[in-house]
Amino acid sequence: MGAGAAPRPVARRRGMDVGDLVFEWLCRGAGVIVLLLLGGIIVTLFIGALPAFREFGLGFLTSTQWNPVEGRENYGGAVAIFGTVMSAVLAICFAVPVAFGIAFFLTELAPDWLRRPVGTAIELLAAVPSIIYGMWGLFVVVPFVQMHIQLALGDYLVAIPLVGFLFESRFFAGTSLFTAAIVLAIMILPFIAATMRDVFLQVPPVFKESAYGLGATRWEVMKGVVLPYTRISVVGGIMLGLGRALGETMAVTFVIGNANRMPQSLFDPSTTIASIVAMEFPESLMGSMKQSALFALGFLLFVISFLVLAASRYLLRSRLKA
Amino acid sequence: MSTTIFEPPPRAAVRRSAALASRRKAVDLMVKWFCLAATLVGLFFLASIMATLLWRGLASMDWVVLTEEFRPTRYGDETAPKGGLVHAILGSLIQTAIGTAIGTPIGLLVGTYLSEYARGSAFGNVLRFVSDVLLSAPSILIGLFIYQLVVLPMGGFSGIAGALALAIIVIPVVVRTTEDMLQLIPNTLREAVIGLGAPKWKMITLVCYKAAASGILTGILLAVARIAGETAPLLLTSFGNNVTSFDLSTAMASLPIAIYQQANSGFPDLIEIAWSGALLVTLGVLAINIIARTLLRGRQ
Repeated sequence: MGAGAAPRPVARRRGMDVGDLVFEWLCRGAGVIVLLLLGGIIVTLFIGALPAFREFGLGFLTSTQWNPVEGRENYGGAVAIFGTVMSAVLAICFAVPVAFGIAFFLTELAPDWLRRPVGTAIELLAAVPSIIYGMWGLFVVVPFVQMHIQLALGDYLVAIPLVGFLFESRFFAGTSLFTAAIVLAIMILPFIAATMRDVFLQVPPVFKESAYGLGATRWEVMKGVVLPYTRISVVGGIMLGLGRALGETMAVTFVIGNANRMPQSLFDPSTTIASIVAMEFPESLMGSMKQSALFALGFLLFVISFLVLAASRYLLRSRLKA
Repeated sequence: MSTTIFEPPPRAAVRRSAALASRRKAVDLMVKWFCLAATLVGLFFLASIMATLLWRGLASMDWVVLTEEFRPTRYGDETAPKGGLVHAILGSLIQTAIGTAIGTPIGLLVGTYLSEYARGSAFGNVLRFVSDVLLSAPSILIGLFIYQLVVLPMGGFSGIAGALALAIIVIPVVVRTTEDMLQLIPNTLREAVIGLGAPKWKMITLVCYKAAASGILTGILLAVARIAGETAPLLLTSFGNNVTSFDLSTAMASLPIAIYQQANSGFPDLIEIAWSGALLVTLGVLAINIIARTLLRGRQ
């Protein structure tokens, strides 16, 4: 208390209004519900995962077993964890250059009349439900990869020493880690592009104008002024895309092939945490060890994506404040 | 005098700088073409998705799809009656409506709290962070959460579990837009209302909500669009059903789940029906999105 608290009594007297009290506590209560939801998700996933963690211990993280035969049940998460991380990282590699190109085009290159329609179209890409990406992926992208990409790359790139094995084809269904990464990349493209566009627009025009005044080309202004100014937010936007890619379920389930084996090449079928949960959870018995193993995978997915999303938010905080 | 004599630079330097200039221009041009190509690639994907949906969806879209329930494949027996998706359409409408009805008030109140009561407070910052994490959290985990919380105790999949999972997805979307929209309201408006002696809750409900109405509605519409196409959480909560059901305590069909099951069935006639379902969902979701955007533009 003291001089700083002087306006307080006035506010207090207003606060006497019963409606005010009720409304503020309603709002605060709703906030508590949201906190409880996140806490509840962590706790319930952990409780569900407990039997599996007890049974398999830390070995769960490294074991590639997945054996639901009764009496010989043995579950490990390594394949799904590997598939989740690999497909998401590959998707980022595909999506970031294209997203950067779109953001650069929309902020610096496109004529004014084109910016809004093209921007809206890209944003609508983000609104398409993931099941649609899955179906489109299965009936359009999968055959394309199967007929044109897999064999062509397989023929030419396998000969490369050291990394050639990545392009080996042993499975020809077209559903693979590579296909999943392509579809994921298309899905996260609009999120990354929109974030990049928004942060590029926040660069004070006077910075860019002074560089243009020195005779810099647009690319030089982007490379020398805009990117250094926005690099932290750009990385934040990429992390946001990564977080989305890690947890994406339906699109991946359609196109990854759902094989619980360690993939040996990009064109091998694989699985991710989200897709193995979607495929196997509905058909597993209530309270079974399999269900618990799936909860354990869900818990790990939560931890991974929470860390990525928290990092993304931390990096984007300056943008949020502005 | 002698200092002003113009001395031409050495020829080698001129050549070097000309070469440098043309290289810089060439790099710039290359990047420009790359960016144009990237944008065209993005637009191409949208066009490809829409074209595929229209082409395959319209081919099998008819009155039967909209009015009949699921029927097993008639593969090899053309005289068998054709099935439809009405059970899934109704189930989706019910679950989306209940999910929105539960999630919206909570999201609205939290957004209000963040904007009007907790600006800059530690609790507010934590709450904003948690809500943002929920916004991007994998939706299948929300399905697992509701499974553990509702499906297990109830002993089976149910429509209400599906609606609750969708409600959790609605909340953070509404929180974000509500807070953003309320913060756009000038403080002078708030001061004017308080200056007239109105209590704060009346200021918020009667003035701020009214001033931000179209923005808040946009948020709700975006949330509806988001959950209308959600599949993963429903797989673990309402599971899907082959007949029309209005009973919230048993498994309930939904359009995305019906699409998922029929697209993976392997029977060409069921896949055709899945395509018309996909067309319905996408057109609905995109239409809601466009309406929401138009509302927002009218505001700005």
